[in-house]
Amino acid sequence: MSAFLREYLTVAIFTGVAFGLLAGVLSVGKLIRPVRPQAEKYFNYESGVDAVGTGWVQSPIRYYVFALLFVMFDVEAVFIFPWATQLEIYGWFGAVEMGIFIVLLALGLLYAWRKGVLRWT
Amino acid sequence: MVPIIVFVVAAAICVAGALGVVLNRNPVHSALSLVATLFGVAVLFIAQDAQFLAAVQVIVYAGAIVVLFLFVIMLLGVDRAENLESEPLTGQRPAALVAGLLIGGGLIAVLVASTITGKHSSGAKVDPAQANVNQIGRLLFTDHLWAFEITSVLLVIAVVGAVVLARRGAPGSGADAVDAGIPADDFGEPASPDTVPPNDVEETVR
Amino acid sequence: MIFAGDPLLSGHIDLAVVAIVVLKTVLTFALLLVGTMFMVWFERKVVGDLQNRIGPNRAGPFGLLQTLADGVKVFFKEDLIPEQADRVIFKYAPLLSMVPAFITFAVVPIAGDFRHGHSGVVSIFGHRTLLQLADPPIGVLLVLAMSSIAVYGVMLAGWSSGSKYPLLGSVRASAQMVSYEAALGLSVVAVVLVSGTLSTSGIVSAQAPWKWNLWVTGVVPFVIFLISGTAELNRPPFDLVEAEQELVGGYQTEYSGIRFALFYLAEFMNTITMSAIIVTLFLGGPSGPVILGPAWIWGLIWFLLKLLIFLFVFVWFRATLPRFRYDQLMDLGWKALIPLSLGWLLLLTAVRVGDVEGWNPFLVTMVGAVVLVAAYGLLVLAMRAARRNRQLAEELL
Repeated sequence: MSAFLREYLTVAIFTGVAFGLLAGVLSVGKLIRPVRPQAEKYFNYESGVDAVGTGWVQSPIRYYVFALLFVMFDVEAVFIFPWATQLEIYGWFGAVEMGIFIVLLALGLLYAWRKGVLRWT
Repeated sequence: MVPIIVFVVAAAICVAGALGVVLNRNPVHSALSLVATLFGVAVLFIAQDAQFLAAVQVIVYAGAIVVLFLFVIMLLGVDRAENLESEPLTGQRPAALVAGLLIGGGLIAVLVASTITGKHSSGAKVDPAQANVNQIGRLLFTDHLWAFEITSVLLVIAVVGAVVLARRGAPGSGADAVDAGIPADDFGEPASPDTVPPNDVEETVR
Repeated sequence: MIFAGDPLLSGHIDLAVVAIVVLKTVLTFALLLVGTMFMVWFERKVVGDLQNRIGPNRAGPFGLLQTLADGVKVFFKEDLIPEQADRVIFKYAPLLSMVPAFITFAVVPIAGDFRHGHSGVVSIFGHRTLLQLADPPIGVLLVLAMSSIAVYGVMLAGWSSGSKYPLLGSVRASAQMVSYEAALGLSVVAVVLVSGTLSTSGIVSAQAPWKWNLWVTGVVPFVIFLISGTAELNRPPFDLVEAEQELVGGYQTEYSGIRFALFYLAEFMNTITMSAIIVTLFLGGPSGPVILGPAWIWGLIWFLLKLLIFLFVFVWFRATLPRFRYDQLMDLGWKALIPLSLGWLLLLTAVRVGDVEGWNPFLVTMVGAVVLVAAYGLLVLAMRAARRNRQLAEELL
């Protein structure tokens, strides 16, 4: 077993303990809290008045564009990391290549901006 | 011993998640099962000492792509019952059946015909003495430089596609108003004193 | 290359090693949980002071036990699940917003000996170890991964409620978190660029004793990280998620009892974790001068002091700044922070590469800055021209 795996096993155990703790809290709560069912209690609160229609409504498409732009920048950051840790080795050549990469993606953002999809009205 | 346990647990999560994606009727549950599968794959990557890939798997796939899926699901509204009788594309089902059989047959053939060694893949050698990230960085900047640069173009194309879709899909905002270029309030001047941009609530609840 | 990984785990595993790992797990948990309780009290007290109120002062000395009292109360509250809700997801969404905070805290160096040549390693029971739970070589990426997982808690809580305002709140919240996460990631890149490693202890060692990334990266990434960190936490002034005037309670509207309390605590726990990450990435973590006594205690003291500064800053934000409007929020994220962080990244790259290649650093900085300012000026000019054209077109119509 590699040392790396041990490092992550520690994290995994820690995560397990965290889940266990929360599960414990929830089950203790389940044991001691009162349960007095009344039909009205299980209506949606929403905004205090009786809800109209169903709660699963459609959301505007603008959110989708932001999510996609996020994917773009997320992937960009992920590509930058391997280079950023060893900048000295790649020298100016790597910097130029990375500059092209970043500028191209910035152009994508600029395009979305110019086309007005970043505007939130 | 421990690597085997890790593998079995991760593989079980992967398979259970994959089944969940296919079998769940609710698209949000399917998306969550997909997250489970991606996590399982990330654990498998860690078990193979490919830690950078594991982190990327979680950051990009679980953190961005599935969130994108969820946005799409919420965009469509989940309660829309799908009519299973009609095929969206003609000949889709027979084609899917053939493709599924081919992939299944291929997998079985690999299992039967080759031996399972449990060794690391021979495609790329992991050098345990060097940080994972650095090895990937070296490959990106030597052998795969062209692919790396072209990735940015691919991402920009995706954004262009999304922009085109969003402009076509938003009749309320008016395509011509957007066409006129950058709006006057683009540099932070408040358009209206309301706390919420009024469209936000209306469009969503409609 | 800077050493990554805990020396404790690289050798033979015996009972003492297991004991140390268990001890570290327990201590990390205790620190985070006690910290969360303290943070709830601290926030209420400081906000009270800033608003000329007293704040909690009944339970225990200075009201310190108020959080505990609230916690006990909430255990005895009924747990209502609306019948429209998606029961399974509704029940477990609070866990999803809490667990990422725990995992992130696992890679934060809490104490340690960061004097020259020690790189955080101390000796316990004859074993050399780092005073952080785990030090994976990709620690920073783990932090980013967890902050992207935290989106799910909010998103699923709102979605599973089967109610309109929570859904609206959660879609808003996830779009906000996702937007600012892009800026967050890019400012972390700047840190990695100057530190040359992805391990959290490596980043702290690279900063010891006074080469804090705060000034090594030139303050801008720090400001970007602080702003986007606040937005990631959904804390004021970015708390549109639970803007009660617009969305009732946002994604938490339908929650009650213990599950609501979990969301409430998760917010404070995430605040602590985010502050710890800021301290690690930009303020040199536990590194600092050792005056007398063992070095690791000083590490702990410096870490807690630095942490406290940021906890106060977050509370200060809450008490001082009015809430953003959603369009302003998105504008700030996409039109200011992301372009700024990209530009700053290019500038930093030029300076660093110039450093490696032996170019004149002053010249490189100047040329880089001029290019960036020129690019920004062109952008502003283009915007102005587009705006003018649009106004002309409107006048003609």
